[in-house]
Formats: sequence, C-alpha cells, structure tokens
Amino acid sequence: MTPVVRSVVAKIATYVAVCLLVVFFALPLLWLAITPFTPQPTYRVSLSGFTLDNFAQLGDNPQVWPSIRNSLVLAGGSALVVIALASLAAYALSRVQVPGRDQLLYALLLLSSIVTGTAAMVPIFLMLFQLGLIDRQVGVVLVLTGGLLPAAIFILKDFVDSIPRSYEESARVFGASASQILRHIVLPVIRPGMATVGVWALVQVWGNFLIPYVLLADPRKQPAAVVMYTFYDAGGQPDFALISTFALVYSVPVVVLYLVVNRRYGFAFQGGIKG
Amino acid sequence: MAAVELSELVKEYPNGVRGVDTVDLAIEDGEFFALLGPSGCGKTTLLRTLAGLEAATEGRIDIGGRDVTTMAPGERDVAMVFQDYALFPHMTVTENIAYPLRIQKVPRAERETRAMDTAGPLSLEALMDRRPAQLSGGQQQRVALARAMACHPQVFLFDEPLSNLDARLRLEARTFLKQLQRRLGVTTVFVTHDQAEALAMSDRMAVMEAGRIRQVGTPRDVFQRPASLFVANFIGATPMNLLDGRVTGGRLDLGAGEGFPLPEGYASLAEGLEVVVGIRPEYVDVVGPEVPDEEVVQGEVLTTENLGVSALVTVDAGAQPVRAVVPEYPEPEVGDRLRLRPQGQRVLLYRPDAEGRLIEP
Repeated sequence: MTPVVRSVVAKIATYVAVCLLVVFFALPLLWLAITPFTPQPTYRVSLSGFTLDNFAQLGDNPQVWPSIRNSLVLAGGSALVVIALASLAAYALSRVQVPGRDQLLYALLLLSSIVTGTAAMVPIFLMLFQLGLIDRQVGVVLVLTGGLLPAAIFILKDFVDSIPRSYEESARVFGASASQILRHIVLPVIRPGMATVGVWALVQVWGNFLIPYVLLADPRKQPAAVVMYTFYDAGGQPDFALISTFALVYSVPVVVLYLVVNRRYGFAFQGGIKG
Repeated sequence: MAAVELSELVKEYPNGVRGVDTVDLAIEDGEFFALLGPSGCGKTTLLRTLAGLEAATEGRIDIGGRDVTTMAPGERDVAMVFQDYALFPHMTVTENIAYPLRIQKVPRAERETRAMDTAGPLSLEALMDRRPAQLSGGQQQRVALARAMACHPQVFLFDEPLSNLDARLRLEARTFLKQLQRRLGVTTVFVTHDQAEALAMSDRMAVMEAGRIRQVGTPRDVFQRPASLFVANFIGATPMNLLDGRVTGGRLDLGAGEGFPLPEGYASLAEGLEVVVGIRPEYVDVVGPEVPDEEVVQGEVLTTENLGVSALVTVDAGAQPVRAVVPEYPEPEVGDRLRLRPQGQRVLLYRPDAEGRLIEP
C-alpha cells in the first residue's frame, strides 16, 4: 500500500467510526423527538404519519401534571436551598483561613456522591424516618441538597476567590457592613456562578429517581422521574404513547431553563472578572 | 479637613515581622504627603493601617484630633483609592460613584445628583451609564477618584494610584491629581515606589525602608540632602555618585591620586576619617583647563547614556568611576578626557557604616 492509499483508508475508517458513534448517541434523541408524534409508537424510530393523539392521552392521565409540578417543587426547592447555603459557605470558606480547609472541602466532595447514591440509602431512610420526614417532599429536598452542596460550594468558592480583596476593602472604608458587602458586592459579582450552580442542581434533582422513589410513598407527591416508571398497561407492556410524550414534556423545562440562563449569564465553571 | 498624627505606630504580623516599625509622623491639614519606598518597605501597610484595614499592634493614630486607632474603617472618615481602583464591575459609573452615599443611606435621587456633581469636574459626565470594563485606565482612575470624593472625607488615601497607567498618561495624571488636591484642599496621603512621582507631586514626603521612616521632608530637602546612604541611593533619576574617600590634609582623597578640596564647613573633620562622598551627577560640572588640577577629578569617558536633553557620562577617574550629567551639546565621546568639578555646596559626606548617616557640617 502506498502512503496515499493508507491515509485514505485511515480517513475512511475514522469517519465510519465517528458516524457510528454519532448514530449511537443521536438515535435516542431522535426517538424522543419523533416518537411522540407517530400513531403507533414502539422502540423503533419510524416516520409513519403524524398525530397529536398521544398528547391527548397524556392529558387524560391524572398523574402527569401533578408529577411535573412535584418535580418543579423538588428541583426548584433544592436549587434555591443549594444556592443560598453554598454562596454563604463559599464566601466564608474563601475569606476565612481555617486550618485544613482545602482537605475538608475535598473530603466533602468525595463523600457527597455517597449521600445521593445507593450506599447510604438505608441510614438515610432511617434518619428521615426518625425525623418524621418520610413521605414529605421537604425530606427529599434536604437529602438532595446535602448531596449537592459540596460540589456547589466548590464551584462557588472558585468564583469568590476570584473577587479581588480590594473590592471588599474599598466598601469597608466607605463604611459598608459585612452584610452590605455580601449583598452589594459579593453576591452580584458571583451571580453567573450562582446561576450555573442553580441550573446544575435543578437538573440533578429533576433527573433523580432513587431518592424520591425511596422516600416518597404517596403517588401524589412523587415527581415525574418516578411517575414515568409506572406507565405500563394492564398486560405489563410499556405504554409507548404515554412514555414518549411524557418524556418530551419532561425534558422541555430543563432545556428552556438552560437556554434562558445561558443567554442571561453564560455558563461558567470558573470565576473571573471580565476586564 | 484634618491633620493626621501617628505616634509610635507598630504593625506586627503574627509571624513577628514588623510591617510598620515604630513610626512617628505628623501630616498637616491639607498637605499632599507622599510615602515613598522600595517594594516591601511597609508603605502600603502603613496606609492600610491608617485606613483601618489593618489593626495597629501598638501606638496611636489621630485624624483631625480624634483618636481613631481602634475605630472601624468606615468610622474614620477617610476614603481610599486602591492600586487596581477596586471599581465594582457590576455597577455603572453613577452607581460606583454614589456607592459611599448609598451606604450613608442618602436617597437615590440625591445620590445621583451628587454623583453627577462630583463627576462633572473630572469630565466623566458622558460615561455615567457605562460599566468599569467599558472604560480606559485613565477613566477608571478618575471614577475611583470621584468615588473617593463623593463622600467628602477628611483624608484621602491613595495606594499607588498611577502605577496602572501607561507612562504618558501617568505624567498627565500627576499634574491633574496635584491640581485636584490643591483645589479640594483635602489632606492626602499617597503611597508610591516611584521617586519621581513623589518628588513631583508631594508637599512633603517620607522615605521608608524596612518598616521605618528614614527621612521626612520637602522634596527639595530629600533630593538635595538625603539623610542617609539608603535615601541617597533611592532618590534621583540618575543614581548618585557614592565614592569611598578619606579626609587627607584638608582634601577628600578618592584614591589613585584623585580628589578635591573638602567642602565648606567640613574643615573640622578628623584627619584620616573614612567617608562616603555623595554627589549627584547633575551637580558635577565639566570644566576647562582654567580650573586648577587640585579642584578636579579627571579621566577618560567610559560610557555615555543619552537622557534626552542631557547625557550621563561615566568617567574613569582613578580608582572609581564618576558619573556626571552634561548638557546635550557638545556631547563627549567615549575615550575623551574630561575634567570634572563637583559643585562644592552640593557635596555630601556620609559615614561608611551600615546606617550610613549624613555627616552634618
């Protein structure tokens, strides 16, 4: 083989591999976009006519809209608590020198995945049981917030670190109190970070299945992620009409939120004052 | 308007380092006062202690006759302009300038009027709705000044306010700042590491080293009669000639047969005393053959450096090179023989020890 032929073959092989990968990842999205509008939805992606009947079926199901509302409550509530606590903690951790501060943060970050994972499920269940928070949405919000806080603090601390001390000192010389400095200077400057963390927390909770599934018994309190799991017909077959339309509706708020926040603040995972 | 008085002020860090070491200083009402020193000398620490951003370890600070040593920064009635200006990036120029008034709970409408009034003389009216990121360095500096002026403080504290400007703008800002200070008549303490800036702008200045004040005086005093070798070395656009000499028979012997008569008033110095002879290159004249040999040092030109309207020549005068500033025309060439005579009343003698104090006549 000449070098030219070899390079052409290598190129073809690369493109084929890339195409296969793209198809692998794009197919589910394509299914999500097309299936809700097909008359006989199945696992397959097929363009056989166009209908909105599936959405009518969605409207008939009594669980659909309450579950979306529950998702909004859980995700919105967790995001708000995470933003509020993480900004304060990030400011404190950034400005106060505590021995072992960085180790503490890294340890928390490592352990946080356990809180929202399966490993700690039993102790968490028992704890919430003793606190009387089983089958209450506030319990779910607290558990998820606990799991998300370390990473949120970590991201926001980086934003606070990037605020020059002179901003705060300047305000102090003008007589600003600590809370005024926080409200007038620090929080507005880290707002892009708060937006990023808020969306991230919201998406995490929105897609979380396990915690609400275990901690909420009442179907009227369960969020969309859990309710979707119950869409089977009497014969035990998945109800594709319902699942596909619901999946589409379920994904819309997150996408819209992402677009809005991205337009307003732009996503950033590192702080920095634009010069 | 207020005088500032520091008595035995000490700022010691937890690791035992003294940023400010027993400083006594009286700054008069309405004075433009420069704190000058190399980086790390404690001048910024002193300014921050004045502002209240650092707590004094010992000593006392009075502003306008009021003991403010333990007061919070906001209670001291001072305004500070930081090196990076510290403009709040999320606020417009108006909001930035009005921020001190917002803290004082002045109603919004009045805040905006007063911000506009302050900004007017600084030619900022057209920029009031912009954010700091949309301003040039010079404009940012003026906004920072306006913000400091807006709260009508008793004292301005400037931390290297010109160091972020480019060289040309810096000269303009220098004049501007001096005029502004004169017009407002507010006591101003001004930190800089640039001796030219301190000399050009201040009414009086203090030269600091290692947390201590080495000399306080008018720019003229400090330039013409540096109190120690450190100050002598630090002040001046061209480095001062510091030559090892010895008092020998009414003359200063610089070694290798070179030397010149002892300046007036120093006749009582002990024979054989070792001294450091300080002469600014600006005060060394090139003279012709009519001047007798015993009054001059002479040698070949080693290098010439163009300074614009003048040139700095280094002459190999026996044991030690001597520098002189000569007029632009005719400039000597490398290798020319020059006869140099120091201006007698400008010759300074220092003790050759670590402290290097000026020997008074």
